[in-house]
Amino acid sequence: MSRNGGLGFERPGRHGAFTMTSSGGDNWQTCPPREFFEVQAERLMDRLYGTALRLTREQADAEDLVAETFAKAWARLESLEDRQSFEKWIFRILVNTFISAQRREKARPKEVLAEEDAPPGEFSLFEKMHQPFLLWWGNPEQRLLDKLLREDIESALDTLPETFRLVIVMVEFWGFSYAEAADTLGLPVGTVRSRLSRGRSLMQHALWEQACQLGIAAGPEKGAAK
Amino acid sequence: MSARYRCGTGERGGQMINDLRCEEVIEKLLDYLDRELDSETEQALANHMETCRACYSRAEFERRLRARINEAGRAAAPDSLRHRVRALVERY
Repeated sequence: MSRNGGLGFERPGRHGAFTMTSSGGDNWQTCPPREFFEVQAERLMDRLYGTALRLTREQADAEDLVAETFAKAWARLESLEDRQSFEKWIFRILVNTFISAQRREKARPKEVLAEEDAPPGEFSLFEKMHQPFLLWWGNPEQRLLDKLLREDIESALDTLPETFRLVIVMVEFWGFSYAEAADTLGLPVGTVRSRLSRGRSLMQHALWEQACQLGIAAGPEKGAAK
Repeated sequence: MSARYRCGTGERGGQMINDLRCEEVIEKLLDYLDRELDSETEQALANHMETCRACYSRAEFERRLRARINEAGRAAAPDSLRHRVRALVERY
């Protein structure tokens, strides 16, 4: 890696200034494949790795997943008709690679994948925190958000069944529409919507439990919930 | 939406603002934040939240929570991974 945190590739020079933003530029469409790929790889590396970490929950597995994703993307780059769509294209490759790997390991009883196993019902962190007696103390739900650490959020995400985690990652991390997520996963839009709703609900419940343990929120034993 | 959530007048579903009850707004809030509503419904929710503090607070909370969740989707890739990707591109 280069000292500046990049991949260590030589910067494109022959083709002038190179726009790396998601909006792209004219030369984004026409520059040589290798230059295009290098710039995009560097731009998206941390996001893809962060996403892979949340999906696999293991650093080594996440690294393998991203490396395999880039290998497939590089091999298939010629098939990408619109370079503007590179971001979602490579993310789809990552998701499909992850799902394929999970299917291969399905015999391994690593995690319960069935969404039916998730408890029904909605849970709202806002409603839990926005209790009348807690409002004497100011704005408890906002204070909660201020106090939650990144690792609290990561832990809450990691507790989700894979099917829910996947749709949350697609919609919240990568801005997929429900239709795009459904298309990528081969599911009806209604199923994506349902998984998203239940996943968010479970995640907020996990965050609330963590907040109770940390003393940020008052748990049921103190009469704040239920 | 949970039956516990009430805003506005205390009447079931909260107060009616801009042709929408708070209950309807909360039911559609996640779709609204995901930009999944048609433009007319989206505008109706936006109008409601301009004048309903309770629904606005709820929406702001969800927005801020999403921003925090989004932070978890990015992590510094290790050097070893960058080396692997660089080697891949250089090899082919």
